[in-house]
Amino acid sequence: MLNEQLNMSLKTYITRLSLIAFLLVNILSLTSINSAYSQAAELPTEEAAISEGQTLFKNNCMQCHAVHEVVVGPALKNVYERREIPWLINFIKNSQKVIASGDEYAVNLYNEYGKAVMPAHDFLEDKQILNILGYIKQQTDNPPVEETATTAGGEGAPAGGGGIPQEYLYLIIAGFVIVLVLILVVLSMIITVLTKFVNNKEDLEEADKEYVNQTFNLNKFVRSNGFLFFIIFLFTIIVVKNVVDGLYTVGVQQGYQPTQPIAFSHELHAGQYEIECQYCHTGVMISKSANIPSANICMNCHSAIKTESKQIAKIYAAIDYDPETGEYGDNTKPIEWIRVHNLPDLAYFNHSQHVNVGQIECQTCHGPIEEMAVVKQWNTLTMGWCINCHRETQVQTKGNDYYNDLVKAHDGGELKVVDIGGLECSKCHY
Amino acid sequence: MSNQQKTYWKGTEQLTNEPSFVANAEKEFPEYLPINEDKEAKNGSTSRRDFLKMMGFGVAAASLAACEAPVRKAIPYLNKPVSVDPGIANYYASTYTEGGNYASIVVKTREGRPIKIEGNKMSSITQGGVNAQVEASVLSLYDQERLKGPLKNGVSANWADIDKEIMDQLNAISAAGGSIKIISSTINSPSTLKAIEDFSNKFGNTEHIMYDAISAHGLLEANKEMFGVRGIPSYDFSKAEAIVSINNDFLGTWISPIEHTKQYSKTRKVSDKKKKMSRHYQFETNLSLTGSNADYRTPIKPSQEGLVVAALYNEVAKMTGNAGISASKVNVANVSKAAKDLVAAKGKSLVVAGSNDKDIQLLVNGINNMLGNYGTTLDLGKHVHYRKGDEAAFNKFMSDAKAGSVDAVIVYNANPVYHSSKGAELAKALKNVKLTVSTSDRKDETANAVTYVVPDHHFLESWNDAMPKDGELSLAQPTISPLFKTRQAQESFLKWSGNNTSYYDYLRNNWQSSFYASQEPTFDIFWDRTLFNGVLTMKKESAGVSAQSVDFSGVANRINSNYKANNSGLEVAFYQKVSIGDGSQANNPWLQELPDPISKAAWDNYATISQKMANELGIKVVEGKTSLITLEIDGKSMEVPALVQPGQAIGTIGLAVGYGRQMAGKVGNGIGFDVYPYIGTLNGSQSMAKTSKVNVAGVAGDYQLAQTQTQQTFMGRETVIQETLLSEYKKKNWKRDFQPHVETSKGAVSPSKLTLWNGHKYNNHHWGLAIDLNSCTGCAACTVACQSENNIPVVGKQEVINRRDMQWMRVDRYYSSQKGAESYAELEEAAENPEVTFQPMMCQHCNNAPCETVCPVAATTHSSEGLNQMTYNRCVGTRYCANNCPYKVRRFNWFKYHDNSKFDKNSAMNNTLGKMVLNPDVTVRSRGVMEKCSMCIQRIQAGKLKAKKEKRELEDKDVNTACATACPSDAIIFGDLNNPNSNISKYLELKQHDEEPIKEVNNERAYHVLEELRVAPNVWYMTKVRNKDKESNEA
Repeated sequence: MLNEQLNMSLKTYITRLSLIAFLLVNILSLTSINSAYSQAAELPTEEAAISEGQTLFKNNCMQCHAVHEVVVGPALKNVYERREIPWLINFIKNSQKVIASGDEYAVNLYNEYGKAVMPAHDFLEDKQILNILGYIKQQTDNPPVEETATTAGGEGAPAGGGGIPQEYLYLIIAGFVIVLVLILVVLSMIITVLTKFVNNKEDLEEADKEYVNQTFNLNKFVRSNGFLFFIIFLFTIIVVKNVVDGLYTVGVQQGYQPTQPIAFSHELHAGQYEIECQYCHTGVMISKSANIPSANICMNCHSAIKTESKQIAKIYAAIDYDPETGEYGDNTKPIEWIRVHNLPDLAYFNHSQHVNVGQIECQTCHGPIEEMAVVKQWNTLTMGWCINCHRETQVQTKGNDYYNDLVKAHDGGELKVVDIGGLECSKCHY
Repeated sequence: MSNQQKTYWKGTEQLTNEPSFVANAEKEFPEYLPINEDKEAKNGSTSRRDFLKMMGFGVAAASLAACEAPVRKAIPYLNKPVSVDPGIANYYASTYTEGGNYASIVVKTREGRPIKIEGNKMSSITQGGVNAQVEASVLSLYDQERLKGPLKNGVSANWADIDKEIMDQLNAISAAGGSIKIISSTINSPSTLKAIEDFSNKFGNTEHIMYDAISAHGLLEANKEMFGVRGIPSYDFSKAEAIVSINNDFLGTWISPIEHTKQYSKTRKVSDKKKKMSRHYQFETNLSLTGSNADYRTPIKPSQEGLVVAALYNEVAKMTGNAGISASKVNVANVSKAAKDLVAAKGKSLVVAGSNDKDIQLLVNGINNMLGNYGTTLDLGKHVHYRKGDEAAFNKFMSDAKAGSVDAVIVYNANPVYHSSKGAELAKALKNVKLTVSTSDRKDETANAVTYVVPDHHFLESWNDAMPKDGELSLAQPTISPLFKTRQAQESFLKWSGNNTSYYDYLRNNWQSSFYASQEPTFDIFWDRTLFNGVLTMKKESAGVSAQSVDFSGVANRINSNYKANNSGLEVAFYQKVSIGDGSQANNPWLQELPDPISKAAWDNYATISQKMANELGIKVVEGKTSLITLEIDGKSMEVPALVQPGQAIGTIGLAVGYGRQMAGKVGNGIGFDVYPYIGTLNGSQSMAKTSKVNVAGVAGDYQLAQTQTQQTFMGRETVIQETLLSEYKKKNWKRDFQPHVETSKGAVSPSKLTLWNGHKYNNHHWGLAIDLNSCTGCAACTVACQSENNIPVVGKQEVINRRDMQWMRVDRYYSSQKGAESYAELEEAAENPEVTFQPMMCQHCNNAPCETVCPVAATTHSSEGLNQMTYNRCVGTRYCANNCPYKVRRFNWFKYHDNSKFDKNSAMNNTLGKMVLNPDVTVRSRGVMEKCSMCIQRIQAGKLKAKKEKRELEDKDVNTACATACPSDAIIFGDLNNPNSNISKYLELKQHDEEPIKEVNNERAYHVLEELRVAPNVWYMTKVRNKDKESNEA
């Protein structure tokens, strides 16, 4: 796996190394716990079983549980090592019964998680439960790597390359190097032979002789004008290139990831719970701005879910809601989120044009938002980036009568945004 | 064929070719530009050290900027209202009322704040039109000078205390039988009147007195005498084929200019299917907006006014077989000609007079009666309620107050201390009144003279209703939560009279009992629908009103004694400007900077004088540089700047009211001079003229007026303005007079046949404008609408003088006369009574745009929809484009006008409150970039997006520019030239050629300005047609 990415930068390389180290430590720690209930082997590992487990997990468990995180209920990582499998099956089928039986672990768990009742899942067969556990095991063994990878700053994106696989590329280069070395050897041999031959000649002039017998003087070469010029030229080019690159990043906030007043996680809401983006960002299909959700949208769920969380308490404070009585007061205080994506005032951007009319995925611009615990700016949001997309993106003309004349003008052919004036200044600047 | 022998000129200096004018006219920027602000310190140059310092600082700043981006907050709603989505505009129907002025409006709000006012097309009165004052009123909402809460003796107090004190005093006064007066301007809101009536009933001995700054008392009294009803009939200019107006500026400032412009413009529209238009005679002193639109305009002195009406009366009487009156003869042109046309259009004609003299209005009524106009162009059964002021009652109040027999005065949304010739007396008299209250929204002249100020909401924060006309109702709803701790005045009246219901409930209840007659299944549905529509028309039988006999011989006697045929003395005529009006909105910078449609002067009032008088006084006006004259009226003297106004009646001076405010606020204070104190009376009522004791004592010094026009010369290019006579236009195969051609080896060809350009291909849309010079009245509503829509800064008087005005849309005004002028004597003749043409001028969006080719950084480019695009962030400010623009429509940001304390008069961009009016879809431009009309690209984009979202083709209703929407005369038509079904395509009778981007226009009146340049604009102008006889034209 690492072979594939031999060409990555040193920084990424270090990150990967630390990742390997992290995995090793993890595995070590797992093996130490294994001594408690080493029953992991009993869990199914075949692909079909795990995918069934994944589906079941999504449909039945995900509302309250995540593998690596505490949601409503505990994180399920290693759960098969914490308890015996029959215990787990009983608990999943009817947790209240286990608690009522006075099982110490179950009672503690119940109290620890705010006496939230886990509904009975007696409709699940034992095998299905095993599949779910199998999925959990698989997830436990393969924690999401993106988070660590992406901290490198967006360089994790696949390196753009031609059609040749990279191994071949290296082989070809190695071949070239070998050929070059051989040529060098052959050339030096020729020089030696020729020098000998010339030296053996008697009627050689003094000047020619001197020329033939001259030795390579490194010191002289280094001090030669040509070499100095070359070095200075190289240095200047590198400096200029860096300065220019640096200037281009002035004001570009790619990777900007401020700490928000409330630690809202898109990973949790959009990723794990797969809540549609539009559920909260109500403006995205109709308006210029996608809208940061108003607190009343949060309250749709959080008047009941996770009411004890410290983060949710901040929402309650802002909207002056008393979770005890369930009543709202007047002492409200708006939540001051920190804007992550800051387009300059001179650029007009309309979400509905892109998401509704253009049918662009949120992730196209915002990156894997469903994996971000803390939102960060994924793309550069520079004009070049916009323009590039406008050059490449197809216009969604199908079923939209607005584009009739344009489709006709292009003989019904494909229409890119650039073809309908998508690069014109006043499409975005006015 | 060609009768284009006229000379067009923009100002008197151009007509005479003043050497200094000519020298400047050829330069793009007439003066050395004082751009360096610390010139005196550094002598204007930058030293090498400074340069290095700045460099060093620049590098440091750049590296700092690279380190850290500012943290920007995003604060969403806590509880989002269902109907408000950030980024989407909401529109609410409402009502504009200011004094008696009325407009049914639609308010555009973004994120809960009103940012733009447009006309309500559902109104049968204003029909979707607005004027400059209505457009600008949204900025008055965000006026920093508004009071933040109630005041007692000028110190802020709280509502509870103030209410208690006022109620205690009212009760005490009432118990003692003291007299309480409520002073207001005209109120046409039935619910407000009811609330005031409740208040009066509660306290007894309470009188509600309405007065108007510019009174219509004479008109009201004349109607009372003749028809028994003190009211103003509704006028319908749209049915009039002959219109005679005597000193009546019905298109600009009279009782309902928007409504009348809508009606009037219908009679001025011509096409090859309708080669007919009304004929309009104007007899007036100052050149008014209405007079400049007239076919025949006759300058008269105010002292002749009565006799002119009498002469017209006699002519009409003679032709209709009625008895005449004996009046002194007056020698004024066009009277009998007007009478002839009036009689010819009997029953379809209209005579209006602006005079406040009851006798003149009686005669006018008599003329209209003889012509049988009542029931057609005048409807007495449907009174209008724009002016109700009763001068007699107000005068009685004044004398009572002075005598000390008034115990309480409540001034409701009026400013009589400023708006009355007796303001100073009133201020003094108020000191002797026990309880004085004002509901002014700011500490104005009247609020300063009272004990308690209980500020009213702005009309955009209020619930209200209006009945501008009998049977025509209108609702006003708040479009923003109150910004300050103000309270609606009606609620104050209710509260003081012991009624604690909110005014909203009161209004609803009143509507339920008064106007709900089961039009809808339930009252709630009725209410919601009316609120949505903004207007309601009640079925009402027109009450038959018949004329009573009037003693016209008595009228004639009084006219003979009050007016003179040949007054030798100097006379003054007071008038309202289209922009500032009576001065209520004097603190509105958009209105202050709006150039007067006629004089093109902003930020001032001045004495308009005739060229003859200027010659006598030795005054030369060159590019706004003029002289102060010492004007003596009634023995009081003042120094006022003089402005030579072509068309000013000889021997008269025009003075605009509404200026010289002392307590309007930062913007309006101290601008111009106040002439209200000089307004006198004639025949028992306010007279807007002074016919005696007027004298110019001499020239007092130099003065600089801020005029936006005179510098941009016309240079004798006939293609700028094209006009013809109706009689010519009626001829078959009529062609425009001026059809430029270019000589080639193959003979003369039209410029459109020759081009160096490849042209553009417009696959989808091709935006264009058609502007009808015939219907444009020059009212400048478009200019303010554009300013409001496009975040155009206000630059202030000095910058206007420096020719750095920023308005994207200007309305050029051209005078024309039969002859040019070489000498002052000839100039006098040319300027005596010129014809006027208005031409709205904005970026022409040329298909072969000269600006695009010279921009070194491609900041101005052509779009695939025919627009000339301006990209601010790419512009480096070379100004080559402005130099190369033949229309001079580009505006350069010489300064940063926002967040700059030096431009604090630009209140829409220099304080947090004012900034709320900015359109969030339009960039606020910074220093050093060029800008110009974008054809409201933000509206085009929004309209396209709407169509795309609905997956349908774009229609006319989706997009309209701000100027076209505002235009009360529908002179501007915007649309897609590529769409054969669009209004503009039909109007221009376009023929599409697929291979040619520039469409073939078959409307024979359509022309391009500067057609011979072949820049191929996307803006067409329609030849102006004058309904004049040919003979008089050549006379």
